[in-house]
Amino acid sequence: MMSTGYEIRWHGRGGQGAKTAALLLADVAFKTGKYVQGFPEYGPERMGAPITAFNRISEVPIRVHSNIYTPDLVVVVDETLLHTVDVTAGLKADGAVIVNTAMSEAEVRPLLGGYQGRIYTVDARKISMECLGKYFPNSPMLAAAVAVSKVMDKDEFIADMQASYQHKFAKKPEVIEGNMKALKMTLEVFENTADENVEKSA
Amino acid sequence: MRTDVHKINEQTPHEELTEGLMMFAGGTSKYFQTGEWRTSTPVLHEDLCKQCLLCAPVCPDSCIPVKEGKREDFDYDHCKGCGICAAVCPFDAIEMKEGR
Amino acid sequence: MAIKDRMSGNEAVAYAIRQVNPDVMPAFPITPSTEIPQMVSTYIANGEMDTEFIPVESEHSSMSAAIGSEAAGARSLTATSSAGLALMWEELLLAASNRMPLVLTLVNRTLSGPININCDHSDGMGARDTGWIQIYAENNQEAYDNFIQAYPIAEHADVHLPVMVCQDGFITSHAVENIELMEDGVVKDFVGEYEPEEYLLNPGKPIAVGPYSVSNYAMEAKKNQEIALERSKEVILQVAEAFEKISGRKYGLFEEYRTEDADYIMLIMGSAAGTAKQAVDDLRLQGKKVGVVKLRVFRPFPAKELAKALSRCKAVAIMDRCESYNGNGGPLGSEVTSGLYRNKVMIETVNYIYGLAGRDFTVNEVYDVFAQLENMIENGQQAEQYQYIGLRKQEAPSE
Repeated sequence: MMSTGYEIRWHGRGGQGAKTAALLLADVAFKTGKYVQGFPEYGPERMGAPITAFNRISEVPIRVHSNIYTPDLVVVVDETLLHTVDVTAGLKADGAVIVNTAMSEAEVRPLLGGYQGRIYTVDARKISMECLGKYFPNSPMLAAAVAVSKVMDKDEFIADMQASYQHKFAKKPEVIEGNMKALKMTLEVFENTADENVEKSA
Repeated sequence: MRTDVHKINEQTPHEELTEGLMMFAGGTSKYFQTGEWRTSTPVLHEDLCKQCLLCAPVCPDSCIPVKEGKREDFDYDHCKGCGICAAVCPFDAIEMKEGR
Repeated sequence: MAIKDRMSGNEAVAYAIRQVNPDVMPAFPITPSTEIPQMVSTYIANGEMDTEFIPVESEHSSMSAAIGSEAAGARSLTATSSAGLALMWEELLLAASNRMPLVLTLVNRTLSGPININCDHSDGMGARDTGWIQIYAENNQEAYDNFIQAYPIAEHADVHLPVMVCQDGFITSHAVENIELMEDGVVKDFVGEYEPEEYLLNPGKPIAVGPYSVSNYAMEAKKNQEIALERSKEVILQVAEAFEKISGRKYGLFEEYRTEDADYIMLIMGSAAGTAKQAVDDLRLQGKKVGVVKLRVFRPFPAKELAKALSRCKAVAIMDRCESYNGNGGPLGSEVTSGLYRNKVMIETVNYIYGLAGRDFTVNEVYDVFAQLENMIENGQQAEQYQYIGLRKQEAPSE
């Protein structure tokens, strides 16, 4: 099949901000001159229920209007989903999955239904608590998605997010710094682990 | 698009009717002579009328003109002969007669 | 100068509404169109537009109020979805028969039941015989562009009919995608000021709107309405041509995508047309002669034009995102085949029902449809003339 760009599937729970993260990723990728799609799979609003959101990022206009079945990247915002949702369904063998967990890659792998590709773990809770004092996993997971997908340059991403947050949190400027810190801290974590993983899977 | 509504009637072809049958005039109901429908006609006996004016407001077709506090004769162009005026008159001053 | 941006379909329509700045917008919220009145009222609150927003108690009222304000002489619009459109049913017919050039932005959502909030075309299709012009969009860009073209079509002296600008609920209404916006001044100049010839609040020139009409008049009035709808085809094309000059984007009654030499064509409407185009590109790489006709204007129905566009192919897949419970196919299936027959274009057709109540429609399913058409023509393998796509099937019992 012809490429429809880089495809990302987000798994989260209602209220955790997976949809917002997908829309923010579309936003920053757009600013780097790419064609983007960011959309959630809609159903009744139910906090805590499993939800899915999607991104397509491409160099050419995107016309497909369907969900994503063979993603290049899967982002799991809530690790408890690993027991109920087949998050790696259709995930490309040369793709990757990022899981928000305190567990190691080796500990997570058995929970991923035999997925043989790259697996990354990021402790978004720890990063969020440290930077924001509260548990908002979407900023760290967004940074993780950017780090793994390499859909844009990290410095460009940081600059764009600064502008996005200034707009989004115009009335709550106190949270901007913490969120920026969370993004940067996540990127740093990936500076190290990402390269290790790439070597591992290579 | 403004059309003289007097030129439109039930024989007018569709090309000559107005858009959405819009009427380009106000108060056009007075052009429609509903008095033609009358099968029973109210007749005013002026000698019995006390000018109490109970009849004028109950007429559904505003066919009892009142000028300077006094009712005048019926507007037979529009009176449909319903007989409500005759029914409310306490002095039998309005009589309904068969025909127009 | 085009402004490159990214936004959802609802944002795009709200943005266009702000640029057009109509006089009156009565609206009642219903998913997935709620964001449109919400965003418009925010623009109004921020002083970015001065439309009179009327919060009403139901869609029956929003359409009634829109008709009233339009008759009074104000450029009017409303937004709705699904059950909201159903509740407007009586007024939809009144808006059209009273020849009111108002605009409704419809965010397509299925009609109950089973109750469901997701996309299909059963709401719009339910209103197909109300006398409205209906224009469907593939993506946020088209939703934006179609809205900007709506008033120039509706208000044209040869038309004077209401226009429904439709987009797929959630699939485009809530998906963020790239878009090219136009500058406010360009849009305002294109749409122009509303200067109705006749309207209720016109001192000294009284009119009556919507009078009772006895049988001697009513049938003639309906014929005149039909003539206006037919004439709107030409106006839609003229407006599209003028729009191309300011935007560089080309529109017609439908779009023909890689159909010049196509043996097999998929006729489809709305967001799924994009998915079909992607599949066609993929199949063309394998040497398959396939194409897409994307219907943009469903009302007036371009039967003659479609018959001509399809006349050179061997088989057409007619795609309905709506069940019409007539036992014989969906609304597009019925209308396209009757259009083909009447224009003596005797090609094979298969009517597929897809994407009901938010059921996803994929590139792979488009491949399957084309494979079935090819198999029918090349190998004489009969295909069911009216069938569902993407339906789970009971497994065949083992022997």
